[in-house]
Amino acid sequence: MNSNEGLVRNIEYERKFSLKRFLFQWEWLLVLLLVVINLINIRLSPNYWDFDNLMSAIQMFLDKAILVFPMMLVILLGEIDISIASTMALSAVIMGVSYQSGIPMPAAIMISLLIGTVCGLINGVILVKYKELSSMIVTLSTMIIYRGIASIILKDQAVSNFPDWFQYFGWGKIGNIPFILFFFIIEALVFTYLVHKTPFGRKVYAMGNNIVTSRYSGLKNDKIKIIIFTLNGIFAAIAGIFLTSKMGSTRPNIASGYELDVIAMVVLGGVSTSGGKGKVGGVILSIFVIGLLRYGLGLINVPSQTIMIIIGALLVVAVAIPNLKNSLRAFNKMNIFTKK
Amino acid sequence: MKNSMKKILSLVLTSVLCLSVLSGCGKTEKEDKSSSDNTDGKKVYALVAKDVNNPYMKKMYEGFETACKEIGAEALYKGPEQATPEKQIEIINQLVAQNVSLIAVAANDADALQPALKSAMDKGIKVLSLDSAVNKDSRQVHIQQADPEKIGRGLIQAAYEMVDGNGGIAILSATAQATNQNLWIEWMKKELDENKDKYKNTPLVKIAYGDDDPTKSTNETTALLTDPNIKIIIAPTTVGMLAAGKVLQDKKSTVKLTGLGLPSEMAPFIESGICPWMYLWNPIDIGYLAAYGGDALVKETITGKEGDKLTAGRLGEKVVTKAADGGTEIMLGDPFKFDKDNIEEWKTVY
Repeated sequence: MNSNEGLVRNIEYERKFSLKRFLFQWEWLLVLLLVVINLINIRLSPNYWDFDNLMSAIQMFLDKAILVFPMMLVILLGEIDISIASTMALSAVIMGVSYQSGIPMPAAIMISLLIGTVCGLINGVILVKYKELSSMIVTLSTMIIYRGIASIILKDQAVSNFPDWFQYFGWGKIGNIPFILFFFIIEALVFTYLVHKTPFGRKVYAMGNNIVTSRYSGLKNDKIKIIIFTLNGIFAAIAGIFLTSKMGSTRPNIASGYELDVIAMVVLGGVSTSGGKGKVGGVILSIFVIGLLRYGLGLINVPSQTIMIIIGALLVVAVAIPNLKNSLRAFNKMNIFTKK
Repeated sequence: MKNSMKKILSLVLTSVLCLSVLSGCGKTEKEDKSSSDNTDGKKVYALVAKDVNNPYMKKMYEGFETACKEIGAEALYKGPEQATPEKQIEIINQLVAQNVSLIAVAANDADALQPALKSAMDKGIKVLSLDSAVNKDSRQVHIQQADPEKIGRGLIQAAYEMVDGNGGIAILSATAQATNQNLWIEWMKKELDENKDKYKNTPLVKIAYGDDDPTKSTNETTALLTDPNIKIIIAPTTVGMLAAGKVLQDKKSTVKLTGLGLPSEMAPFIESGICPWMYLWNPIDIGYLAAYGGDALVKETITGKEGDKLTAGRLGEKVVTKAADGGTEIMLGDPFKFDKDNIEEWKTVY
């Protein structure tokens, strides 16, 4: 790999439109996957292509999808946040306890959002103050701490009996369309704009590609990092509200394992774990690829362990492709040398 | 140019890889499909386990499957890989989409499944719970394994005898929301409260929750052993009981163990004297009864109201009775005692 190529490889600058480049994008592979999954599902189960069923399946998996966009920003920075599921649990538990103690539900929801914000902010501030710590370690610690606090508050109990209207978040429909789908679409539009059309989005890519150069270019790295981790916390609280509404109750051990599902969706969406690369479009596609794949396999009663293996295999492929491309390129270079 | 060729090649290769993964699962799907196809007129009765790997749940399904064969329905076993209500909601939703006739569920949380089960009932699917109940609004009937009062009081009386009336009691339960365990624990407490004189030297020291997870149950047991007042552990759950038995054996502890355990798993501990005796019902029969109860609901010979009668295959006639939570239930029978004398013959059965 020559030095020039190494530098421009990851950075997206204004390029002339090229049909070839347009066609050979990771996103198209995801589109292909989505089509194939749908075709197989339709062929295998007569109940798959039914509007109501599809909508209720989407209603089921979209509560995780809420977390995917802010997580995408974190991964674009080349960082990771595995504390989100714990943040969900903590904010949902505090919301439940506040409601139980007589605070009106809307205020309890605000409290849960506030808790989520604080949890995210703490992650961000620790990372900025102690730069030698990796985000994996910091969020691993806060993951344990947040869930620990939730367990201390509620012990082994659950909070239920929320007001009836609260069920609307998880189960409500506008016409035939689940409410959460509307929320998701708006969130997706906002993040598409934020990531691809604003200076903030460009800065995130710049930081993800090279944190040192971005600092020398005058970017406020610390501020951006704190904002992104805080965003992640807020959205974790929102996802916690949706999940609590769906279950009609909350416990300290809700959402366990969600962080990995969310990271899996981001990575399958073509966002590089080393940062600076990936598009919102790919992530949206991967949400539906994983969600519909799980749903379709569930419909034909594939055991849940097998489903996990299949999704794991997909992820390996997603991670392997960029490496495969690089090694092919390296192989190519080697051939030239040996020929010479 | 050469570079782009490589790029194209790699993309083609990877898409082939993806497709082969997909078509690979496509094949297994087809095989699975033949067993759950409901287009041939057979009704599909689904059992949703607490988690798919739980051996007790698998035994329950054995009976469920046998009964379905006798009835002429298609049995289906589903369950999450972790014992959480979130995953059970997802599965119930898939079953609704498949348009099964019956959903029999062993709940991880009595309330959390309510919206999902209600929407199933709205679509005309019959819903019953077995082993661990859902709340009375989320089901038509519950299959109760044994009288909770007899289980709760029986376990405390057993514990009292095992420590000769002197020594603290600890309970190692499943999840804190598990409906059945909580009901038994309530009866245990009642037995202790109502006979304060008898039990004055055998107080209930602690209730720990192992979440039906072997690792957590092991840790909780280890923590219980640090309290010298605890002389006996009651584990009203098969997962917890096995974990506790292993800890007591490893530490060569003198603390005794009783509870509700699977004979096949607990046989070594009963033989070695760590667990003098324990109770359980036959999980195979619960599944069996659930299939017959569900079948009666589907064929609308019962509606799940108090006083309904049904014939449950080899178990004979059963009556729907009022449950403690205000709903209705069908009772299987009395808990069965396993000790050194009979464990030999039962350990090969289940």
